[in-house]
Amino acid sequence: MTPDIPDDRPRPRSPLDLFIAFTVLALQGFGGVLAVAQRELVERRGWLTREEFVDAYSVAQLLPGPNVVNLSLMLGDRFFGWRGAAAAIGGMLAAPLLIVLALAASYNRLADEPVVAGALRGMGAVAAGLMLAMAIRMLGTLRRNVMGPALCALLGVATLIAVAVLRLPLAAVVIGFGLAGWAIARWCIARREREA
Amino acid sequence: MTAVFTAADLPAFFLHFLTLSLLSIGGAMSTTPEMHRYLVAEQRWLDDGAFTTAIAIAQAAPGPNVLFVPVLGFQVAGLAGATAALVGILLPSTLLSLGASRWGSSRRDTPLVRAFTAGLAPVTVGLTFSSGWVLALPFVGEPAHRVGGIALIVATVIVMLRTRLAPIWLIAVGAAVGGLGWV
Repeated sequence: MTPDIPDDRPRPRSPLDLFIAFTVLALQGFGGVLAVAQRELVERRGWLTREEFVDAYSVAQLLPGPNVVNLSLMLGDRFFGWRGAAAAIGGMLAAPLLIVLALAASYNRLADEPVVAGALRGMGAVAAGLMLAMAIRMLGTLRRNVMGPALCALLGVATLIAVAVLRLPLAAVVIGFGLAGWAIARWCIARREREA
Repeated sequence: MTAVFTAADLPAFFLHFLTLSLLSIGGAMSTTPEMHRYLVAEQRWLDDGAFTTAIAIAQAAPGPNVLFVPVLGFQVAGLAGATAALVGILLPSTLLSLGASRWGSSRRDTPLVRAFTAGLAPVTVGLTFSSGWVLALPFVGEPAHRVGGIALIVATVIVMLRTRLAPIWLIAVGAAVGGLGWV
């Protein structure tokens, strides 16, 4: 399953390499792994382009299951088939699972400490900043989108309002706007092919 | 009053999470209301406080948000519960996603599949801004933490856009600054 990855692009050497990379990024993922995944896989390791990351993530969130787990699976599968998928998911989950279960066993004692509560708040603010920075970076991927800037902006802003302001259920928004975007993009591709 | 969980409950518990897996479009968090109904209201294995605590723990720890599911399982039935909940919530969706993504990538140059990713991209970007906004909201809404919180969010965005620094350093700074009571 490595259809169109150029030879000169950096890539993981083995499933173990993938496992380690996903463990490293999962352990940095306080308040969400997605922004860290984009940072590590696209900007630091260069295994994917920004466009490929957005494409994979778009598909990952439309499928059932946790988005970052689906994303890990798709990226792992792209490099080493099912062994890569298993290595990426294992890296994403194994170490964080041990930490979260250890925390669960000691949570009630820790949460009453003001220093711990303050530290968690600070980490929460950084998590928000990481997510916003990733969103700003993603804007660049829309430049070459077949639908053009106006339709992209319309769909993006409508999604933002539906989720952040109106608080509509996520599944309904993703399916509704996703199908609308699909139909619009299909129409734009057909029109471009007629003109060409 | 919570009810006692016995080993005989484990198969039904596992089966319930297998079903939830296929419903979890948009992430495991979207099934939270249904999990609450099953574990707290119907079976009474957990109370409200334990349920909320599981989500808070998963958010405080590194890793994907889905890890609140094994924490719920752990609170219900220890390590067996954690294993059953995690495997249950992941197995069906993972197999389905693997099949679907292979099907899609073998047809990635057809107009239908190209339109699918192109049409979804702006929705994905909009959702990412929404997630950032929802994470930032507690700081914007609470006067006691507004100035420090927004300053830290803005500083994080600037560092991320201008440098190649790994996120863990920013998180360490956030924890230190927050632990000192500045956020």
